[in-house]
Amino acid sequence: MQSLTHVTGVAVPMIEDDLNTDQMAPLQLAKGLKPDYADLLFKRRRQNPDGSLIADYVLNQPQFTAPSILVAGSNFGCGSSRESAVWCLYAVGIRCVIARSIADIFRENCLQNGVLPIELDGAAMDGLQQRVLAANGAAHFNVDLEAQTIDGPGGEAIGFDVRASDKLRLIEGLDEIGLTMKHASEIRAWEAQTLADTPWLQQARDKRA
Amino acid sequence: MQGAKTLFDKIWSQHLVGRRVDGRELIYIDRHVLHDLHAPHAFEKLANAGRAVSRPDLTFSMQDHSVSVLPGRTDDTYAEGAAFVRAMREGSKRNNVRVFDLGDPEQGISHVVAPELGMVLPGATHAVPDSHACTVGGLGALAFGCGTTELEHILATQVIALSRPKRLRVNLEGKLKPYVAAKDVALHIIAHLGVSGGAGYAIEYAGPVVRAMSIESRLTLCNLTIEMGSRSGLVAPDDTTFQWLAGRPWAPEGAQWDAALAHWRTLPSDEGAFYDREVTIDCTQLDPQITWGTEPSQVTGVGGRAPELDDVEPTRRAATQKALAYMGLSPGAALEGLAVDRVFIGSCTNSRLPDLEIAAAIAKGRKVAPGLVAMVVPGSSTVKRQAEARGLDKIFTDAGFMWGESGCSMCASTNGDTAAPQERVLSTTNRNFENRQGRGVRTHLVGPALAAAAAIAGKIVDVRKLTGEA
Ligand code: SF4
Repeated sequence: MQSLTHVTGVAVPMIEDDLNTDQMAPLQLAKGLKPDYADLLFKRRRQNPDGSLIADYVLNQPQFTAPSILVAGSNFGCGSSRESAVWCLYAVGIRCVIARSIADIFRENCLQNGVLPIELDGAAMDGLQQRVLAANGAAHFNVDLEAQTIDGPGGEAIGFDVRASDKLRLIEGLDEIGLTMKHASEIRAWEAQTLADTPWLQQARDKRA
Repeated sequence: MQGAKTLFDKIWSQHLVGRRVDGRELIYIDRHVLHDLHAPHAFEKLANAGRAVSRPDLTFSMQDHSVSVLPGRTDDTYAEGAAFVRAMREGSKRNNVRVFDLGDPEQGISHVVAPELGMVLPGATHAVPDSHACTVGGLGALAFGCGTTELEHILATQVIALSRPKRLRVNLEGKLKPYVAAKDVALHIIAHLGVSGGAGYAIEYAGPVVRAMSIESRLTLCNLTIEMGSRSGLVAPDDTTFQWLAGRPWAPEGAQWDAALAHWRTLPSDEGAFYDREVTIDCTQLDPQITWGTEPSQVTGVGGRAPELDDVEPTRRAATQKALAYMGLSPGAALEGLAVDRVFIGSCTNSRLPDLEIAAAIAKGRKVAPGLVAMVVPGSSTVKRQAEARGLDKIFTDAGFMWGESGCSMCASTNGDTAAPQERVLSTTNRNFENRQGRGVRTHLVGPALAAAAAIAGKIVDVRKLTGEA
């Protein structure tokens, strides 16, 4: 995975609660195993059934066609575990989502794909939302993961919290599987111990077979 | 009490393999069940990285999301799903993973099949690339819904890397009225805690209401855990659990069963164990529930009304207004009496044998209202066979319901089963999100009793009135 130290660009305001992954990435099997994720993003909000664009939808406004940061309400990314929701955001260039709260599985999926999930609440979030709305895509915001600050037009830099483990993983661009594979001998030892202590966990067998 | 542990703590610590340099804990996954929508991508990524499946013997593939439920179905009956079904089959075979394919007598929805075969067990960990993995917590297992990259990670390593969740206990007090079931309890809990109220927690359901529930009901209860933002929900195993599991084809037997049983009896939370949060909900007055909005917390008793905007917190007013507009309801509208276009009984929430029995008891000797489309889709091929042995299929088809093969069908509509725009659907599924069952479709979540009653009445009706019990 690519390392991510900061995100600079247009911040798109989607100040709504409970935006779910069904909306972000509607499942359309007709598009095959590898659909056009940029086209899929919020498709039913962005497009009429005939595929024409709904002009006043925020992502269709000219200043928001290539955003880097998405600012939402609370419980962003709830619902289905589909990782395609993050792939859709990534496909249009979004590398950071900022919300009052972010659903657990969605946050994990962000981290797996080099997208920085930030939870920001209270007055700090009120202020950021106002500034993003006021900027209206005309000026860039900058999220600095090292310094843990969000900077942009309309005010001072805003600090944010991030789990040390998540920060390390994004900055180093750590390969998840590689990181875990370092523990291969512990995994094998756990399996051996479990086979001795609670063997039914290590053996999945159809007794009729 | 010093050293007192919760059910969650016990399973977590037994499965803790190590701690990574980034601080995440590695939790071993005892049973990993894949499905056709997401596994093909993970198989491909694994192959591209030259990695093998670590424990194919603990990994299983289900064809459920993109399959047709029409009788006589093949890969191509739903043409758009065929690529997924085939990629799933090929990826599984390449990696020596047992696939419950179309035509397999035990094919079905992963969260229905894994418990009914006794594949998943109390005290075991379980992962599925599907947010409703939490369902199997009903057996006392700790389950995690995961994304595609996490799925690939588990395939390659058999562990998942997590930050430890907090513990929330939901105590369910009282006794349920007739026709009030696990689905109603679950929707009521979501209304109480909110759609993100469980985020960051593993939820343990406890109290007399849970203890009185069958395993099928506990599976339904745990199924909706994710709708509060929790990845895992679980119920301590007890004699009901052990009796239900005994003799299931994949459950341990003989001396191993005895050893397992002794271990399972140690799993319930210790007296005085610490929870980060506890909530107590009295269920005695609960009526059958029905959602009026576009998220599961927007719910009321069947005799209730959509909210008046003045009664909604100011911060939620715009969202409420939007939900009502989508649902074609005015503020304060009564739900009973609204005309219904379609009824769907199925999904990993409510498609087990007792769910179908409840619905069939209501459908028996009655007819589906003219013009209404009603569909029953068993959660697994096993459930289907058992239902047919009891003549339930006949009851449904005589009444005018469609009787399908097993699969997810209209739950996420990824197999092409959708309703038409603006249709009002009563559905026993778990998500009433905008557009989930088709563009513009108005989904009301209910339990099987209300769904069957609406199919007969052609409108939303209190099942107790239909059966003359209220
Ligand atoms: S029935 Fe619905 S919720 Fe359950 S696994 Fe299938 S699509 Fe997911």
